[in-house]
Amino acid sequence: MNFRLNWIGFKTLVRKEILRVLRIWVQTIVPPAITMTLYFIIFGNLIGRRIGLMNGFEYMQYIAPGLIMMSVITNSYGNVVSSFFGAKFGKHVEEMVVSPMSNATIIMGHVAGGVIRGLMVGGMVTIIALSFTDLNVEHPLITFSMVILASTVFALLGFVNAVFAKKFDDISIIPTFVLTPLTYLGGVFYSISLLPEFWQKVSLGNPILYMVNAFRYGILGTSDISIGYAYLIVVIFVAGLFTMNLALLNRGIGIRE
Amino acid sequence: MLALSIKNLTKTYSNGVQALKGIDFNVESGDFYALLGPNGAGKTTAIGIVSSLVNKSSGSVKIFGHDIDTDLEAAKSCIGLVPQELNMNLFDTVLNIVVNQAGYYGIERRVALQRAENYLGELRLWDRRDDSARTLSGGMKRRLMIARALIHEPKLLILDEPTAGVDIEIRRSMWEYLRKINKAGTTIILTTHYLEEAESLCRHVAIIDEGRIIEDARMSTVLRKLQREVFVLSLRDPLDQAPSLPGFETNLIEECELEVAVNAGDDLNSLFSALADKGISVISLRNKANRLEELFMGLVEGKQAPTGGKELRTS
Repeated sequence: MNFRLNWIGFKTLVRKEILRVLRIWVQTIVPPAITMTLYFIIFGNLIGRRIGLMNGFEYMQYIAPGLIMMSVITNSYGNVVSSFFGAKFGKHVEEMVVSPMSNATIIMGHVAGGVIRGLMVGGMVTIIALSFTDLNVEHPLITFSMVILASTVFALLGFVNAVFAKKFDDISIIPTFVLTPLTYLGGVFYSISLLPEFWQKVSLGNPILYMVNAFRYGILGTSDISIGYAYLIVVIFVAGLFTMNLALLNRGIGIRE
Repeated sequence: MLALSIKNLTKTYSNGVQALKGIDFNVESGDFYALLGPNGAGKTTAIGIVSSLVNKSSGSVKIFGHDIDTDLEAAKSCIGLVPQELNMNLFDTVLNIVVNQAGYYGIERRVALQRAENYLGELRLWDRRDDSARTLSGGMKRRLMIARALIHEPKLLILDEPTAGVDIEIRRSMWEYLRKINKAGTTIILTTHYLEEAESLCRHVAIIDEGRIIEDARMSTVLRKLQREVFVLSLRDPLDQAPSLPGFETNLIEECELEVAVNAGDDLNSLFSALADKGISVISLRNKANRLEELFMGLVEGKQAPTGGKELRTS
């Protein structure tokens, strides 16, 4: 593989993705800012005052890391699925398919674009959160690495969705019926210690729980699960999903006749 | 050196349609090659396989010696593709479309911007570089796809019906440009439904029908196979009826327009002598149909193309 060619190809894809996010900022940046502001006002400020402490933290403080992570993963996913499916729909995916750029570079370029959008929105939601509550980052390395890994997982998932999608409906089914329920049940708004034992065990099958808790541990220093286990799961997901995407593109699924 | 070598290439789609039934053809480096055939003959499938947009079922494809099975990256680097359908992000700017494509081929942005100025300038799109592609006319979009295909300076340019839906002025300026880059060394493969275009531009022609190559030869060799040509003569003085010319079929279309069929092997001097004997003065002469079109119809339909609505009178 020609490293220089693929590096330039990767940079081109990332630049293109960033410009796309900025060009349609009303669709990519503004909606999560409004949604998260409403979450902070309604759940954090109005309802949160009546809830009291959660794992020793004010409710607003407790949900802030979860809401930041939620916005990061939904935007990482949404960016890749809409960008790559859009390229398929508009046939300009062919620009990449005919080029000598490797399939791994095509995946990494789109995933990097998704991660960057996730971080942009996550940063903005953090600023919004800071206007409602104080956040002291207890473990910066864990915080930063987990947000990058979690957004990578969901960007890769978005790529899988885009590869298989044949119509616009197909890119909204997974976010609506899988991603949103898993996110809401992934400990964004509550500690799983509040659940009955059976539902605690069921919750442990939700990968988003590990990401949200590891991220919360990075910021607040509290978690429902083992951080080492969270890293193991997230790294396995990254490796597995990347391999899956590569196999799909190498076989030409979704991009070649 | 062969720019393209295709051996026993087959393609069967998942719905069972056998688009290619084992085609072989070679394109010499520097050639201007026409790949012709009716709709659904397999041209776009063949081009799709060469440019990696379609998976082949079997057979081999080599591009400048690089096998697409074992050396795909090098093979792809040699090709520039202008597809039949628009395949660009219409919301992106003209400049971004071209420069991004260069990036996919490993060309630094600084170099890509210089080349973009050259190619967009040559194709009269530089002034529109900051406009989004959706604001361009149909002909401009076609030229943009040519600029995009050339930005990495490929050795082999493949054009799949590049002038479809383009007005005659732009078509001719595109022909001129294609001749220029071919003369500069770029091998060109062209599919087109405008057979006049193929005859005017290409030195070699292959005709594909129902997934098989039914003709593959130099353009001049192919055209020599024509059994006859029909000429339309503009006459100085009107006639009442078609004149009887020994050895030629004639048909009077209008009082000053005469159709004459000339068989292969006959020369035009004897036609003009016969006309002069009858006191008929000719102002101008043109082919009734494109010669390649007649041959194409003959090969595809198994017969010579019809020569007109009326029977020609034979003397």
